[in-house]
Amino acid sequence: MTEDIKTRMIKVYIMGREYEVPEGLTIMKAMEYAGYRFIRGAGCRAGFCGACGTIFRKKDEYKFRTALACQTPAEDGMYLTELPFVPANKAEYELEELTSEPSIIVSLYPEIARCVSCNTCTKACPQDLQVMDYIQASLRGDINQAAELSFDCLQCGLCAARCPADIVHYHVGQLARRVYGKYVLPRSQHLKERNDEIKAGAFDQEMEKLTAMGLEQLKKLYTERDIEK
Amino acid sequence: MKIPYYPGCTLKTTAKPFEDTTKAVSEVLGIELLEMPRWNCCGTVYSLASDDLMHQLAPIRNLIRVQDMGYDRVTTLCSMCYNTLEQANQLVKGDPEKLEKMNSFMDQEKDYTGGVTVVHYLTLLKEMGFDSLPVKNPLKGLTVVPYYGCLLLRPEEISIDNPERPTIMAELLAALGATVVDHPYKLECCGSYHTVDYKEVVCEKTYHILSSARKRGAEAVVLSCPLCEFNLDFRQKDLEQELAPMPILYFSQLLAVSLGLFDALGFDQHYVDPEPLLKEKGLLR
Amino acid sequence: MIPKISKETTLLDKTEELSGEKIFSCHKCGKCSAGCPVGTLMDVRPHQVIELVQANDWSVLESRTIWLCASCFQCATRCPKDVDLTRVMEALRLLVLRENFDHIRISEISKEELRELPPVALVSNFRKCTG
Repeated sequence: MTEDIKTRMIKVYIMGREYEVPEGLTIMKAMEYAGYRFIRGAGCRAGFCGACGTIFRKKDEYKFRTALACQTPAEDGMYLTELPFVPANKAEYELEELTSEPSIIVSLYPEIARCVSCNTCTKACPQDLQVMDYIQASLRGDINQAAELSFDCLQCGLCAARCPADIVHYHVGQLARRVYGKYVLPRSQHLKERNDEIKAGAFDQEMEKLTAMGLEQLKKLYTERDIEK
Repeated sequence: MKIPYYPGCTLKTTAKPFEDTTKAVSEVLGIELLEMPRWNCCGTVYSLASDDLMHQLAPIRNLIRVQDMGYDRVTTLCSMCYNTLEQANQLVKGDPEKLEKMNSFMDQEKDYTGGVTVVHYLTLLKEMGFDSLPVKNPLKGLTVVPYYGCLLLRPEEISIDNPERPTIMAELLAALGATVVDHPYKLECCGSYHTVDYKEVVCEKTYHILSSARKRGAEAVVLSCPLCEFNLDFRQKDLEQELAPMPILYFSQLLAVSLGLFDALGFDQHYVDPEPLLKEKGLLR
Repeated sequence: MIPKISKETTLLDKTEELSGEKIFSCHKCGKCSAGCPVGTLMDVRPHQVIELVQANDWSVLESRTIWLCASCFQCATRCPKDVDLTRVMEALRLLVLRENFDHIRISEISKEELRELPPVALVSNFRKCTG
């Protein structure tokens, strides 16, 4: 290794202990570099699965920060650790037996009525969701808004870890989206029509023709297909 | 007149008729209610502890949103929202140190400057003058009692009227053509949130309030609080004592009837249906 | 329950600190008890609550009274000595709730009731009865 490409090392404190790690690594990689091996708290490593919720403080800053370890660069002087799991009770329900009436969410997660609107959940969210607003929407029975505002939730649980009112936001959002999908969102008319056509056998002949074709013939058909603009 | 409108959670759920009728009435009266695009539950009960700022965040955050809309007044319908928002407002207006602490905690919001006033919708109507209401369908022959409950009138600092001898709702109802009778329990607490944990207490209060109103000749009770409405209306089904069903109405519902607005009355959301009474009086079309 | 804080301070001091009220201003006229809408259902009457706080008697925290008070401000409005008993009651509840103690169990409220109750009832109840 030549001098000019030598990586700069930074100091991080993992669970209080000092380590030297190369600059530019994510928090997750920095911990692995330091010798930790993840059995829990690591998943897709691409910011989609929400398994690697992490809590840290930066040098010379009072703020308690939260992020996904796989998406956040380690910085010099950081105090950090990962959260393998955030305990959160999940309401039991049969989606088939629910309705979209305004009280449905609060009847399964009544503790959302304890929200003090401190907004700590919103600040904790690595997806930059308006978490407090979707809890508030749930409380007032606005299922559409609760579902829409929580749509990009990864279920990392950092909101629930930070809440002074002991709310499990991410389960609440998930319920809102389920109720929204099942009872609020209009059913696609086209899908229904097409399903009926299929059931009535409108495409049977064509399918038989396709299944009888050889691989080369299928490939040719595929490459020459009409593409809708 | 344009004024921001803070709905409150219950106006979007069990008290929807309160909101719907107020919106219909406002349109006729030329009050343009600008529903706040973003708001949170006010907390419903004002926190009374001297060291507790956490529970003041919810009301103050809403006042910041009013400020963001560029207005210095906000109106609300629910007595509890009115009370909580205005008590918190007065707290921070009189205590710059607490305001500063809360502003610095709510670091994602602009600072609240204390420049907003919370106005109950009844006060707005009074400002316009009850006599100027374009009553088309006077509530002739209907005998009602106004029920104020607690939080429109107490504590005194936020009272919309004389806290011991209020007349605001009686004046409104008289202007609508109703016969208004007084009753001794008009200020009495209905048991409030004990409807969750001491239901029997609420039932006892409901029985006393309604039987007293009945003795005075009232055919319906008129109020402004969604929790009072729930307790006085829905708890009638849990009463142990005999009591002929007493319709409970929001003042805005009777206002809508008197202005000839019959589309959004929402009587189907009540436990005791007020429709037969109003039909009997020839007030519905 | 007697809170841990009882080892460090007196009930009178802590109540005055949390409520901001001067407990000895009370001259025991009884108007608070006379006007209280739930006074007859209480085990300790409102004016007696003041007496117990004056006497530093922590057992007042075990009364049904402090939970029955629903902060209607009737006593506060009528007190000739400007002692806001509503705030005193809140202070006493908080002495219990701040021990991470809930007066009600949210999980015991039935789903049917939760579907019927308006949000305003739940929010206010949980604010007053859970820590």
